[in-house]
Amino acid sequence: MSFYGLVDGSDASLKNYLGSLSGVDHVGADARAAMLATRSIKTTSKRWAIDIAISMVDLTTLEGADTPGKVQALCTKAVRPDPTDSSVPSVGAVCVYNDMVAVARKHLDLIGGAHVGVAAVSTAFPSGRASMPVKLQDTRDALDAGASEIDMVIDRGAFLSGDYIGVFNEIVQIRELCGTRAHLKVIFETGELVTYDNVRKASFLAMAAGADFIKTSTGKVAPAATAPVILVMLEAVRDFYQMTQARIGVKPAGGIRNTKDAIKQLVLVNEVAGPEWLTPSLFRIGASALLNDLLMQRMKLDDGYYASPAYVTID
Amino acid sequence: MSNRIDVKKTYKLFINGAFPRSESGRTYEIKNAKGVFIANPCLASRKDLKDAVVAARAAQSGWNKASAYNKGQILYRIAEMLEGRRAQFVNEIILVTGVTKVKAEKEVTDSVDRLVWYAGWSDKLSSLSGALNPVAGPYYNFTVPESMGVIAAIAPETQSLLGLIDAIAPIIVGGNTIVVLASTKAPLSAMSFAEVIATSDVPAGVINILTGKKDEIAPWMASHMDIDGFDISALAATSHGAIRIAGAENLKRIYSFKSADPGRILAFLENKTVWHPIGL
Amino acid sequence: MESPVSFDYAPAPESRAIVSIKPKYGHFIGGKFVAGSKHFPTINPATEEVLSQIALAGKAEVDAAVKAARKAYTTTWSKMSGRERGKYLFRIARIMQERAREFAVLETLDNGKPIRESRDVDIPLAAAHFFYHAGWADKLEFAGLGTSTKPHGVAGQIIPWNFPLLMLSWKIAPALAAGNTVVLKPAESTSLTALLFAEVCQQAELPAGVVNIVTGDGSTGALIVNHPGIDKIAFTGSTEVGKIIARAVAPTPKSVTLELGGKAANIIFEDAAIDEAIEGIVNGIFFNQGHVCCAGSRLILQENIAEEVLEKLKKRMAQIRLGDPMDKNTDLGAINSKEQLLKIRELSASGDAEGAQRWSAPCDLPTKGFWFAPTIFTGVTQSHRIAREEIFGPVLSVLTFRTPQEGIDKANNTPFGLSAGVWSEKGSRILWASQQLRAGVVWANTFNKFDPASPFGGYKESGWGREGGRHGLSAYLKGVSHE
Repeated sequence: MSFYGLVDGSDASLKNYLGSLSGVDHVGADARAAMLATRSIKTTSKRWAIDIAISMVDLTTLEGADTPGKVQALCTKAVRPDPTDSSVPSVGAVCVYNDMVAVARKHLDLIGGAHVGVAAVSTAFPSGRASMPVKLQDTRDALDAGASEIDMVIDRGAFLSGDYIGVFNEIVQIRELCGTRAHLKVIFETGELVTYDNVRKASFLAMAAGADFIKTSTGKVAPAATAPVILVMLEAVRDFYQMTQARIGVKPAGGIRNTKDAIKQLVLVNEVAGPEWLTPSLFRIGASALLNDLLMQRMKLDDGYYASPAYVTID
Repeated sequence: MSNRIDVKKTYKLFINGAFPRSESGRTYEIKNAKGVFIANPCLASRKDLKDAVVAARAAQSGWNKASAYNKGQILYRIAEMLEGRRAQFVNEIILVTGVTKVKAEKEVTDSVDRLVWYAGWSDKLSSLSGALNPVAGPYYNFTVPESMGVIAAIAPETQSLLGLIDAIAPIIVGGNTIVVLASTKAPLSAMSFAEVIATSDVPAGVINILTGKKDEIAPWMASHMDIDGFDISALAATSHGAIRIAGAENLKRIYSFKSADPGRILAFLENKTVWHPIGL
Repeated sequence: MESPVSFDYAPAPESRAIVSIKPKYGHFIGGKFVAGSKHFPTINPATEEVLSQIALAGKAEVDAAVKAARKAYTTTWSKMSGRERGKYLFRIARIMQERAREFAVLETLDNGKPIRESRDVDIPLAAAHFFYHAGWADKLEFAGLGTSTKPHGVAGQIIPWNFPLLMLSWKIAPALAAGNTVVLKPAESTSLTALLFAEVCQQAELPAGVVNIVTGDGSTGALIVNHPGIDKIAFTGSTEVGKIIARAVAPTPKSVTLELGGKAANIIFEDAAIDEAIEGIVNGIFFNQGHVCCAGSRLILQENIAEEVLEKLKKRMAQIRLGDPMDKNTDLGAINSKEQLLKIRELSASGDAEGAQRWSAPCDLPTKGFWFAPTIFTGVTQSHRIAREEIFGPVLSVLTFRTPQEGIDKANNTPFGLSAGVWSEKGSRILWASQQLRAGVVWANTFNKFDPASPFGGYKESGWGREGGRHGLSAYLKGVSHE
């Protein structure tokens, strides 16, 4: 693999590459994100933003109690989020544990949702604490079951101990396994990396290793997708594009529950990475409850009065 | 009594650690209270002032960089040197002013003690005037007093040694350099004090002493664009307005003091406030 | 839904219904609004719409205001305990918070600054200044300024148009806390929030005459400066006028503080956090249209990162949203006056003529009102006018340096000394640079931050004295050991 010519796969070249990154000032990043959060998105812009946000949702269920029935209901919702309004777009993908991939794929295809992807969380999600053969097998299972997107977790312990090459090699191996069969999203669990310097470093590491998307969190650790963390990752994909002409996607996940938050994220995408990233192929939002709030806000804009949860489905 | 002829001192200026004559070649005559000739000190010109300011400016950043501990020790060293030459200063004061020995001795004693007092301030100024400011945000914010630059001063006519020390010491203790015009009528102790300075580890240019006429030099001090502050305590109040008007051209900080207190030091310090974020 | 059409933000205008602007205003003297004799229009610089007619105070009005202030000082304010004075200031702070939206809208209409800034910066900080100084009123003997301090008496205060209400609060809050009464003149083009503040004084039941507001132009300012009944002058504005004031009061016993111009350097070292530094550069020069005395108007870049920084800066500048100041998404509002716009144009033209390269962010300028696109000049040298003179607009001059000392030397090579910025992730370098910079405020890894607890003011020709904090308080007291 060429790694965009940025590194040669050796520990030394990786250290050199990561060492060349500028630092991130915590307070300045917070301030920038807070300023962008004051953007006021109204009327036609809001309507446009809601629809594109819906199309960016990775509708997610990642529970020990997940059953085929639950997953099938989720798939139905994913294809037609509002059964009463066919102008509502489908979501980007459903996101499930790998043993539910086959159920999801089969049901989506059955109900006319072939265009909706199935993302499988992988590599001993959410902790990443397993041997590499187990992680590879975990991923292989998901791919064989029909996953079109693999959401892998990095080994945060390795990252925090400075074993960057170890983290890099794991991503490279999963990337090779995915081949052309699936997009690879690399989850950092930014709540465990803690500093924005680490987030920036992890972003550049994962992108060089072949990630198609970089993703904030598993949804199992707080804080998850905070605005400044997304800001730092969006800056990273923007800068990486400058270096390589390759556009890498970004996926915040965890804690995004309402339309206001989702629109704030679109503003971040628009003003930090640029409008080219305002597409489901480059920006996804991992969420579950968010979708219904987007639908209710959409109803409000169309009907002119506030909506009730009774009019959106709970799946 | 011996028939020996005295070796009399030629009184010169003190600029950049050296003792030049006035570039103008001018001197003036001073006499004691009974009208007896004493000496021909230099009558400094505006060009002497200009040279002194160049020296003071060149010395300022180095003096400012010296640690507060170091500055304090150097001021204390001046006091030590002065103490060692008490008799000379007492004699000169008596010679020029005709005051009693008791009075002259008191002035020298007070001068030494005043220097010691100022010396001790060097490492306490930021405790006095600094602050850690509790701003509403994730920022570390502090204010520290810093040297202002080159300061001019006029020493008073009375108590010409003690007055000179009250002009010099508060200005230099915080890292400024100075150009001071000594007492016109009684400049001898000032020029002897320059010899004390020259032997006290004070870097060249930190203290520059001129002798001459206030009316001639003060307006040039006021208008000089490379002088940052001006102590006009010893100028007649009637002249303050004109001096302040001339000083407005570079918004010179011009102050007049009534007593020796820390305010004299702080007046010629600038307060700098620094902000820095606090984050991971 | 592949490739989006675009995410142009629809207009999101703040409502102006919250303010009611009278067709004509008088002065606020002795606790009452009194009719003016002559008037001049005040306009919205974003639209050139005439908002109201402002009274022009002449000798009679200034005399009346000084007389009212003196009476209030001798009969009421100087006799009141610090605790009671403080309570009035607390009241004022609270009322300003309650009416914050109204103040913000009025400020934006009259000044042209974006509502986001008046709402999030000017007005909250103005209230904070009253809250902070309220607490000093009964603690002056603990301010470390000596135990025998006294108020001056009547303070004459003249403020600029760039932060109208905020500058008012920087002046009035410490003056009142220290026990003075005031006669304040807002800038000619931005009187409306000062007149609304007069209403706040009434609502707070501040004793009549403690705060007097006279409106007018430079001639009114001169009447205040030269008035024999005034004990202390506080001025914020240009260095040119500051020097005139310094000369005018030189032969008098008046005490003076001046907060004047600047030409701040913003130094970016190679190890800076670049993205935050870019934000700092943008905030440094484009905040409030660059109408900021402490604006980071000289960008001093380490040469080895200059290209990268400029490329990123231009991209970022292209995103600055210029337009209707009342739109909540506007980043850059209107230039405050035609006069100021002409000055910005003239100095920018000198940059062209002297061989610097101009680049302006692509943006459509509204046809009405006064506008100037965010602009940078590269290839600027120390001897260019745009590297030396205060432009007071959204124009940034870019210079480079090779070694840290060279960067500092260029930064300090100016008669001004108000503020400076420095960006580096290296702690020792930050502290070294902060020490070397000859400026009253050094923003390290940040820029244009203000707080009532933080002293603000300049070295050299940037003024006399500090505003804010314990140091600012001393400007309103006499008997502080050096006068």
